[in-house]
Amino acid sequence: MTQPAPIDCDVHPIVPGIETLLPYMDDHWRETVVRRGIEDLTTISYPTRNPLSFRQDLRDATGRTGTDPATLGRQGLDPFGTQLAICNCLYGVQAQYSEDLGVAFCRALNDWIATEWLDRDPRLRASIVVPMQNTEYAVDEINRCAPDPRFVQVMLLVGSENTLGRRQYWPIYAAAERHGLPIGIHAGSMYRHPMTAVGWPTTFTEEYVNQAIAFQSQLTSLIAEGVFAKFSSLTVVLLESGVTWLPAYLWRLTKFWKGLRSEIPWVSDPPGSIVRDRVRLTLQPFDAPPDAASVMRLVDHIGSDEMLLFSTDYPHYQFDGGDPIPEGLDKGLAQKIMAENPLRTYVRLKERETTP
Amino acid sequence: MNVDVLGRSGLQTQAQSKLAIADCDIHPRPAGVGIGGVSKSLYPYLSQRWLDHVETFGIQYRQPWEKGSAYPKAQPQACRRDAFTPDGGSPGSSLHFMAEQHLDPNNVGLGILNPLTSGQGATNPLLSDAITHATNEWQKTEWTSQDKRLRGSVVVPYEDTAASVKEIELRAGDREFAQVLLLSRTAEPLGQRRYWPIYEAAAAADLAVGIHAFGNGGWPNTAGGWGSYYIEEMVGHAQAQQSLLVSMILEGVFEHVPGLRVVLVEGGLAWAAALGWRMDRQWKKLKQELPHLKRAPSEYIRTNVWFTTQPVEEPEPRTQLAEAIEWIGWDRVLFATDYPHWDFDDPAQALPIKMTEAQKRAVFRDNAMGVYRQG
Repeated sequence: MTQPAPIDCDVHPIVPGIETLLPYMDDHWRETVVRRGIEDLTTISYPTRNPLSFRQDLRDATGRTGTDPATLGRQGLDPFGTQLAICNCLYGVQAQYSEDLGVAFCRALNDWIATEWLDRDPRLRASIVVPMQNTEYAVDEINRCAPDPRFVQVMLLVGSENTLGRRQYWPIYAAAERHGLPIGIHAGSMYRHPMTAVGWPTTFTEEYVNQAIAFQSQLTSLIAEGVFAKFSSLTVVLLESGVTWLPAYLWRLTKFWKGLRSEIPWVSDPPGSIVRDRVRLTLQPFDAPPDAASVMRLVDHIGSDEMLLFSTDYPHYQFDGGDPIPEGLDKGLAQKIMAENPLRTYVRLKERETTP
Repeated sequence: MNVDVLGRSGLQTQAQSKLAIADCDIHPRPAGVGIGGVSKSLYPYLSQRWLDHVETFGIQYRQPWEKGSAYPKAQPQACRRDAFTPDGGSPGSSLHFMAEQHLDPNNVGLGILNPLTSGQGATNPLLSDAITHATNEWQKTEWTSQDKRLRGSVVVPYEDTAASVKEIELRAGDREFAQVLLLSRTAEPLGQRRYWPIYEAAAAADLAVGIHAFGNGGWPNTAGGWGSYYIEEMVGHAQAQQSLLVSMILEGVFEHVPGLRVVLVEGGLAWAAALGWRMDRQWKKLKQELPHLKRAPSEYIRTNVWFTTQPVEEPEPRTQLAEAIEWIGWDRVLFATDYPHWDFDDPAQALPIKMTEAQKRAVFRDNAMGVYRQG
């Protein structure tokens, strides 16, 4: 069985510096950045020197990497024979408290990605980064970018201002569904709230471990509010969420759904079946058990071979060596993860034309 | 759950459950609601200063309403409808009725009392101290001294560490108490140093520290803001407990107090293995930040943390639950019913998985006898 060329569903172009975005801003916002001395929006979710933010063996003299498509291609795509890769830019634009700044930076970021990344490497696709500060502006940005078929997804952050299932966000889901774009929810935060329900964490490690826990709450919100019932062809992809928490989470949710479904009567299917039909997760970090036998047992608990999507999470440091497939994963499943599952998830990946 | 109970005989006879079980989560409730949710049953245990205060100002928590809870429950008082006393009193308010409905027919040999409406997390720490102290006196007078099967929990005003330590020291050596009780949702993650003296005092008194779901720390109940529904709150107790456990482990609580026994109550248990894997995987890359950890994070779960069962996860097929328990160890699991709440797990029906006799004895009794130092 030859391995199909993988489709990497989570790679991260790094913004070299805020000046990179200035050509993509109009005079007012360019002047704002310069006059007010806005230096940088690198998010504290991925601090530059942190071991997780960049694989140690890939860092350049600045301590970073992945700031241009040639480097990303050489380090992140070529070694795996990747045929397509989805760029999820994590520059901290959603954390701006001003909605206006949020929009200005999102527009610049998306235009920069289209021009300096998608135009330069035909293997690249991207997620639309939207101003989560304001739903109306987010919808505008989706509508503005969606005509370019190389944008294959709308990206939100797991650390939102309000729980993502809430009706205030539904116009975003309606727009995404209309354009055939899955909603990708990525690790990271607007930092309106701590990454836990019990207060601010102390260390980076604590916060990063808690990102997986935050995904659980957001999934509950999306299901309970009825997002999947309302938007019947919408797919949600959890990006860099961790994977192994999913079964135990669904068991508890399903138990309470049995007891409390009268509170949310629009959720007529068991949560597990909704999630298996409509939710996908990227592979890295898998957060695997220490032994190979438990890996397949865990996959068995997930109960579907269609949910996992290949990802390296380049340039984040998630795995050692050159193989992102966790040890112990069944060969047939690994095969499906590579390209078949991504192609089913992202309908736009089937459109091979690379110009708008 | 209510919907299931209706289709069954309801009570099991004593002969049906041969093993005297330990129920590690029973909720007694002071009868008679007074001002702002402070029960009049606690009045005999309050000083005049605090009686006057309660009568005039009631009690406030970091949540919106004078009475009741932030999310409307699914049932009145979140309880089984058949658990109201024959004269209409609150579920859990009568020892006699609790014995008749639960302790006797289910053959409960050891019952751990976890009073929930006890002033923990009140905005006024002095009032929290007064109400928690009164609740402990009330447990002794009206429950543990009256029924030898029952053990109390030392409820402490956990946001005031010094007052909490004082209360624990007062109860040290009192065999009527089996643990110190905290709630999950605190003002800061429970691993932070402000709470360490509580753990030191509990370990010194050889008391376990139970951490029960709920509480009002003031933070949104998810990292993405407030959920809308009661089901989000109930499912979310698992997320809150994961976060507090991460905090306790990564901050080094178990290195600082190696003998500490922590019991996580009502937050689920099946997630513990995967949380351990995630912590271990991330710690391997990031351990330079945590030089105080001498072992992989998951190892502290295996030595210092126990989980109560209710509401026990119910995968399809059920065998997966046994596999999830195997990942953390059968010695970590403590049976609990959550009587008299609506989502009560019936000892005759819960845990419908194949267990060896030894596993049954461990889960339904022996693990609890060990962690609570009984017998």
